[in-house]
Amino acid sequence: MSALWSLLRRDLLLALRRPSEVLTVVFFFVVVAALFPLAVGPERATLRMLAPGVLWVGALLASLLALNRLFEADHRDGTLEQMLLSGTPLTLLVVAKIAAHWVLCGLPLVLLVPLLGVLFDLSGDALGVLALSLLIGTPVLSCIGAIGAALTLGLRGGGVLLALLVLPLFVPVLVFGAGAVEALAAGLGSGAHLSILMALLLLSGLFSPWACAQALRIALE
Amino acid sequence: MRWESWSAFWHMGGYALYVWGSVGVSFALLGVEAWWARRERVRTLAWLRAEQAAHAHDSTGAQP
Amino acid sequence: MRRIAWTHYAAPQTFYGLAGVCWKPLALLALALALAGMWVGFMVAPTDAQQGEGYRIIFVHVPVSWMSMIIYLAMAFWGVVCLVFRARMAGMLSQALAPTGALFAFLSLWTGALWGKPMWGAWWVWDARLTSELILFFLYIGFIALTSAIQDPRRADRAGALVAIVGAVNVPIIYFSVKWWNTLHQGASVSLTRSPSMAQTMLWGMLLMALACWVYALAMVLYRTRSLILQRERHADWVAQLPELSPGVRP
Repeated sequence: MSALWSLLRRDLLLALRRPSEVLTVVFFFVVVAALFPLAVGPERATLRMLAPGVLWVGALLASLLALNRLFEADHRDGTLEQMLLSGTPLTLLVVAKIAAHWVLCGLPLVLLVPLLGVLFDLSGDALGVLALSLLIGTPVLSCIGAIGAALTLGLRGGGVLLALLVLPLFVPVLVFGAGAVEALAAGLGSGAHLSILMALLLLSGLFSPWACAQALRIALE
Repeated sequence: MRWESWSAFWHMGGYALYVWGSVGVSFALLGVEAWWARRERVRTLAWLRAEQAAHAHDSTGAQP
Repeated sequence: MRRIAWTHYAAPQTFYGLAGVCWKPLALLALALALAGMWVGFMVAPTDAQQGEGYRIIFVHVPVSWMSMIIYLAMAFWGVVCLVFRARMAGMLSQALAPTGALFAFLSLWTGALWGKPMWGAWWVWDARLTSELILFFLYIGFIALTSAIQDPRRADRAGALVAIVGAVNVPIIYFSVKWWNTLHQGASVSLTRSPSMAQTMLWGMLLMALACWVYALAMVLYRTRSLILQRERHADWVAQLPELSPGVRP
């Protein structure tokens, strides 16, 4: 357990010392959100309808940007191999890396979304559900994405390959995440969608670290 | 035979484009796949032959 | 104690021989089944009351859709064998299956579009099955892209195996989520599946075509695996002594 915390702390510290990486991801999200109204026009009703989908896809793409570098730095300086050889179970270390990724890239998006939702004229209720769906959903993206990041470790063209591998697997999260807000707008209540998101979080939380550890072994052997 | 004539068959009750577009493209692409697999095999064998010839050449050249 | 026969064929050399003997009769069988299926579908099966002659696309659309899913499951199965038993042949089989599976997925989308246009007026409808098929196609492309990008064959096999397994586990989840998404948005409640009360002949036509696709896939995979074996085992003695390597012999 202490290994988990120390690895998590180390990753967060490293990221704080080079904030540009995290800030790039965050600003990417903001820019994408700002581009859509420019593309579809300022009509408020249209924007309100598009907002959940647009913001969710933006969050998806922003998460993807940072996934590339999840294991890259450690792989380059040999830390990753040390992690493999150390006595600590690799799965535990992977949990730490995924958690760090989420704190640095997922959580800021959740915190930003109320602000961006204002750009799309979303009501308070809708904003709340959107933020909640992102809060539950972005960890799932980190979990699934980590598997892809491990599989494409060190490959040329890794970024695009990672996106190709991982985006189809993101679809359920996207459907239920954006769908939660749309269900609210349709008067059906977001409970069902959010429950399913929780279930996805539990599933991916349980299986992804193990699958990701296997992928790391495959990549490094 | 349920078609009055061959032209009725090809016409497919007006759906000719869709039906033959589907069937035609499917058979065509499956054919392309088979051709491609054969091409792969031919190239692999040619490459292996070349490697073998190179090895034989090397070993005969190395003998005193 | 008799050894299980299949472990004998887990060696590339024996598999190469077995595949060499089997693929041609299988290919011919596939052709015969396809001709029979096309005969039943296009000459025997009656005209549909609602869809006229246009429905006959199902004799291609349904078999290729089934095969695209079955092949992905087969890839995942061989993926498990590859990771658990570390069998070289399993990895090769998975990679040999992928292009055929991807092609079937593409044909499913193509024929689905050509069926949808006259029936529902649009080249593409976002119904659950077509959308899931689209995502399955992306999963295939991802597998092929990843295995091509990795130079080391062992790593490629095992990475592909993991991708196939993760994908296979996710396909039901993806299908369920797309179905949910479809019903929530109350889009056209169209379904590209036929009603259960289908004429006998239509069923027979589809079954024959499905069998034809399956046997074709078998023949294609066996043929393609032979090339893979030659590439991977090129330094082995038995490869050097193959008759097809002598000049002038038909490949």
